[in-house]
Amino acid sequence: MRDKTRENVAGYLFILPNLLGFAAFILFPMVFSFVLIFTDWDYLKGMSGFSFAGLGNIVKLGEDPIVWRSLLHNVVFSLTSVPVALGLGLLLAVILNRFVYLKTAIRTMIFLPYMSSIVAISVVWRVLYNPSQGPVNSVLKALGVDHPPGWLSSPDWSLAGIILMTIWTYIGYAMILYMAGIQGISKDLYEASEIDGASGLKSFLHITVPMLKPTTFLTAVTLIISSFQVFASVQVMTNGGPMRSSSVLALYIYEQAFELRNMSYGATVSWLLFLFIFVVTLVQWRSQRSWQDQF
Amino acid sequence: MYKRSAYKLAAKISMTAVFLLIGILMLLPFLWMLSASFKNTSELFRYPIEWIPDTLNTANYEKVWNGAVSFSVYYKNSVKITFFQVLGSLITSSMAGYAFAKLRFRGKETIFLLYLATMIIPAQVFFVPRFILFDSLGLVNTHLAIILPGMFTVLGTFIMRQFFSTLPGELLEAAKVDGVGYWRMFWQICLPLTKPALVTLLILTFTWHWNEYENPLILLRDRDLFTIPLGLTTFTDENGTDYPLIMAASVSALAPLVLVVTIFQRWFVEGIASTGLKG
Repeated sequence: MRDKTRENVAGYLFILPNLLGFAAFILFPMVFSFVLIFTDWDYLKGMSGFSFAGLGNIVKLGEDPIVWRSLLHNVVFSLTSVPVALGLGLLLAVILNRFVYLKTAIRTMIFLPYMSSIVAISVVWRVLYNPSQGPVNSVLKALGVDHPPGWLSSPDWSLAGIILMTIWTYIGYAMILYMAGIQGISKDLYEASEIDGASGLKSFLHITVPMLKPTTFLTAVTLIISSFQVFASVQVMTNGGPMRSSSVLALYIYEQAFELRNMSYGATVSWLLFLFIFVVTLVQWRSQRSWQDQF
Repeated sequence: MYKRSAYKLAAKISMTAVFLLIGILMLLPFLWMLSASFKNTSELFRYPIEWIPDTLNTANYEKVWNGAVSFSVYYKNSVKITFFQVLGSLITSSMAGYAFAKLRFRGKETIFLLYLATMIIPAQVFFVPRFILFDSLGLVNTHLAIILPGMFTVLGTFIMRQFFSTLPGELLEAAKVDGVGYWRMFWQICLPLTKPALVTLLILTFTWHWNEYENPLILLRDRDLFTIPLGLTTFTDENGTDYPLIMAASVSALAPLVLVVTIFQRWFVEGIASTGLKG
């Protein structure tokens, strides 16, 4: 009996530092943020600036075209950057794993962009994308493109420019996860298919791709969650412009909460972002389970 | 047979050449940045690109490191903040991970489920309430406001719990019979066995926090408190179109990390691959 009490006390003591941090910086802010949806808070008045706002913030959210435009940009951003990065990452991983010398060195070269500070590489890409003289357009002109895009200064191309840079950073991440996944596939499978006379492409399509489904799922989920939170690259490269053409939710939350000091409204938009990530992850989770049922 | 292996060798060598090219292609933005940082504005956009400038002009680096606010200030701040965040995360995650995996106490499952449930909540949800919290505590514009929340990680706790779970229960039962206390069991028996997990956690928390941008952006105001990413954007805003100078600042912000990642690449790759999780 005394042993049990001792173990209980020890358990609580061990988790105490962690639990305090969790309560103070995750649980409490979460609840607080949720309450903020139903309030109006005048930041300048301090703690006495709170007033009840009912569903006002949610109504405002529904009628705010910038919110929905930003959300649309988020969806476009994820639906393009994630599949492209997954495809290229898989291709690189498969070839790099078996048919290339200097594997480690090349792997490091490909995944360096992913490890780098997004802020720093965004600063660099902003200059690379310079529409009149930047190296990207100089190369395009040399290749015969007479009217290369205006990239970050063009409403039609700003989001595409950010997406391209993001793909460049995501490829290395996807490749590393796929390389680890490939290590887990039994060599016997390939040998068996070779005896059956299957070509390399066939064994890629019928062994590698299906066996890597769990890796694809994990990589897709993590990349989608993080791509929905894209902020630094947009803020540094375009600040959402020109004319909101590259605005995303995380940036709009920051603008509302910390530039315009609409703290309550910023919090409200952040819960929309949560809702969206939650639904997307749930859908992915379900489709993953139905995939597995097929096997 | 001999012919076939020669063919394979040739194929592998040519594929290596292709992949070296791909690798260099991936590094081109970095190489351009490095080369531009030694140029002056008139040379910068010349085409064809001059990868090696005629004269190595180091004036830009002078300005970055010996200007009004030197980059060394940002480095000092980033090192200090990251150090405490990583150390704190290692301590809190391993202690809680051990308890969640190996000790029986009331409410354990409920608490752990609550932890996991919060993992899906995006960082943006916490920005406003944390700002208000730190504002009311008078901690806005202090490093403490960045360090404190960074000392806890739900994901890190989860990783450590998973690892502690793999340690055999008999080990602890035997220690218990010998009258070893819980703290010694944790510190002297379990922790030394979890070194690989600790290294993974070290790598992950370092990666998350070293490049952290949003929290410092929201919570810091004074320039001499800024971290490297925040210092870089401020520097960029002030220098408008002096691109070579901005490139020198970017090189200064990136170089040490690139060096660390290259040297310890195996650890970084394993750390990221083993958990598959992005910060």
